[in-house]
Amino acid sequence: MARRVSTRRRVIVTALAWAMAFLIFFPILWTFLTSFKTEGEAVATPPHFLFFNWTLENYIEVNERSDYFLHFMNSVVISVGSTVLGLIIAIPAAWSMAFVPGKRTKDVLMWMLSTKMLPPVGVLIPIFLLFKNTGLMDTRTGLVIILTLINLPIIVWMLYTYFKEIPGEILEAARMDGAGLREEVIHILTPMAVPGIASTLLLNVILAWNEAFWTLNLTAANAAPLTAFIASYSSPEGLFYAKLSAASMMAIAPILILGWFSQKQLVRGLTFGAVK
Amino acid sequence: MATKHSRAASRLMISPAVLLLLGWMIVPLSMTIYFSFLNYNLLMPGAHNFIGFDNYKYFLTDPAFTTALVNTLVLVGGVLLITTVGGTLLALLLDQPIWGQGIVRVLVIAPFFVMPTVSALVWKNMFMNPVNGLFGWIATSLGLPPFDFLAHAPLFSVILIVAWQWLPFSTLILLTALQSLDSEQMEAAEMDGAGAISRFIHITVPHLARATTVVILIQTIFLLSVFAEILVTTNGGPGTASTNLTYLVYAQSLLQFDVGGGSAGGIIAVILANIVAIFLMRMIGKNLDA
Repeated sequence: MARRVSTRRRVIVTALAWAMAFLIFFPILWTFLTSFKTEGEAVATPPHFLFFNWTLENYIEVNERSDYFLHFMNSVVISVGSTVLGLIIAIPAAWSMAFVPGKRTKDVLMWMLSTKMLPPVGVLIPIFLLFKNTGLMDTRTGLVIILTLINLPIIVWMLYTYFKEIPGEILEAARMDGAGLREEVIHILTPMAVPGIASTLLLNVILAWNEAFWTLNLTAANAAPLTAFIASYSSPEGLFYAKLSAASMMAIAPILILGWFSQKQLVRGLTFGAVK
Repeated sequence: MATKHSRAASRLMISPAVLLLLGWMIVPLSMTIYFSFLNYNLLMPGAHNFIGFDNYKYFLTDPAFTTALVNTLVLVGGVLLITTVGGTLLALLLDQPIWGQGIVRVLVIAPFFVMPTVSALVWKNMFMNPVNGLFGWIATSLGLPPFDFLAHAPLFSVILIVAWQWLPFSTLILLTALQSLDSEQMEAAEMDGAGAISRFIHITVPHLARATTVVILIQTIFLLSVFAEILVTTNGGPGTASTNLTYLVYAQSLLQFDVGGGSAGGIIAVILANIVAIFLMRMIGKNLDA
C-alpha cells in the first residue's frame, strides 16, 4: 500500500508500533538481562534494568553443574533427526501427489491432515506402554520416531504446496528439447524444489525443537531435550532466577534466530497453505 | 503425464507415508479404545477384566471432569479472544507505513519461538511471583498489595502465558492477509468517498474473515492440548482449578496409573477435538480446489 501519509501520523504510528513490540518482546529481553546478573541482583528490589555488574557466571555454572550439553545435543538430534527422516518419507509422496495427481490425491492429503488433529492424550497410554515394553522409553530413537510421525502431515503438506507451484510447462518444454527423465529431475526439478524443501526443513526443526508433550512424557535423564531439562527448574532449591534465565537463553537462542529467518514460511506452513 | 507406469510409481512413492500414518492412527488408537473398556490399573496386577462403559461413566461423572471441561473451554476461549482481537489490532498497526517495520516484526513474532516450558517458567517466576516478580514490584510501587497470580488466579495466569505465545501467530497471519489486500480496491473506494471506517467495515473485515477463521481453527487444535504450561506452573492446581482435559487425562493415566480411566478420558478428548477438526478440514479442503 503505497499511500502517502503525513509525517506526523507516521511518527505517532511508529512510536505506537515500537511500544507494542517492546512490550511483547519484553519477557525475552528481561530473561536476557537477568541471565547476566548474579542471583542476588536478579531478585533485587527495585529491579536493576541495565546498571548491574554483568557476569557470565550463570552460563558457566549451568554448563558445569548440569549435563547441559547432553540435553542440547538431545534437542539437536531429535529435532534434526525427526525432520530429516520425515523429509525422506515425505518428499516422494509430496512429489508424486503434486506432479502425478490422481483422483484420490485430495482425499489422501485431507486424510493425512486429519491425523494431525488427533490430540496426543488420545494415544498417550498405548505409546507410553509400548515404549516401556520395547525399551524405547527415554531414548533419542523413540522420540525421533514419535516426532517424525506427528510432523509428517505438516511436512507432506508444506512440500506439496511448494511443489505444486513448479510449473508443469517447464517440464514439457524440457521434454521437447529432448531431456530424459534423469536430466529432468536433476537439472530442472531439483533446483526449483530446493527452496521449498529448505523452508520445510527449517519450520519443522523449530516445531520439533519446541515440542513439549511427548518430550516431557517419554524422557527422563538420558534423552531429555531442552524442553524437559528446563522443566526441571519448576521445583528448584534456593535462588535460581539468573541460572534459569541463562539456561532459557541458551535453549531459545538458536531457534529464535532460525525462526526469524522462517517468518514467511511460518504462515504458509502452519496454515497448510490456506493463507499465503 | 499420467501413464500406467507413472501411476504405479506414484503409488509406490506415496505408500510409505500413508502406511506410517495409517499405523500411527490405527494401532495406538484402537489400543486406547480397547483399554478404555478394561478394569486396568498398573498398580493392581492381575486380570484386566472387561467392564463395558464403566470407565466412561466414572470419568464423565467425576466432578474433576466437569471442572476440566469448563477450564478447557475457558482456556481456549480466553486465549482465542486475546489473540484474535489483539492480533487484528496489531496487524492493522503493523500494516501502516512505519519506520523500522522489519525490526518491529521480528520483535513481535519472537514469543512464538520460545519453547513452552521456558515461557511458562519465565512468566511464573520472574513476572508473576508475588515476592520477586516484576508484577509484584509494580504493584508495590503503586502502593498496592502484590497479587499472587498462580495461587489466586491460576487459570487466568495460564491463559495469559499461552496468549503471549500465540499472539505472534495470529498477528503474523492476519498481517499476511492484510498485505494481500488489493490496494486498488481500497483506492477506488476512497475515490468514491468511502470514509476510513466504512472502508474498514466493507473491505478490510470481509477480507480478514477467512484468515481469522483459519487462525481460530488452527489455534483451537493446539490449545485443546495445552499441557507443558500447566505442568510447570500450577500442576493443574490449586486442586483442579487450572486442570484442563489434557492435563486431567495425563494425571489419571501417568500419576494414578489408571489405564482404563485414562483411556476413556483420552477417547473423550479425541471426540471433542474431532468436532473442531471437521470444521477446519472443510475450510482447508475448499482452498484446495481453488
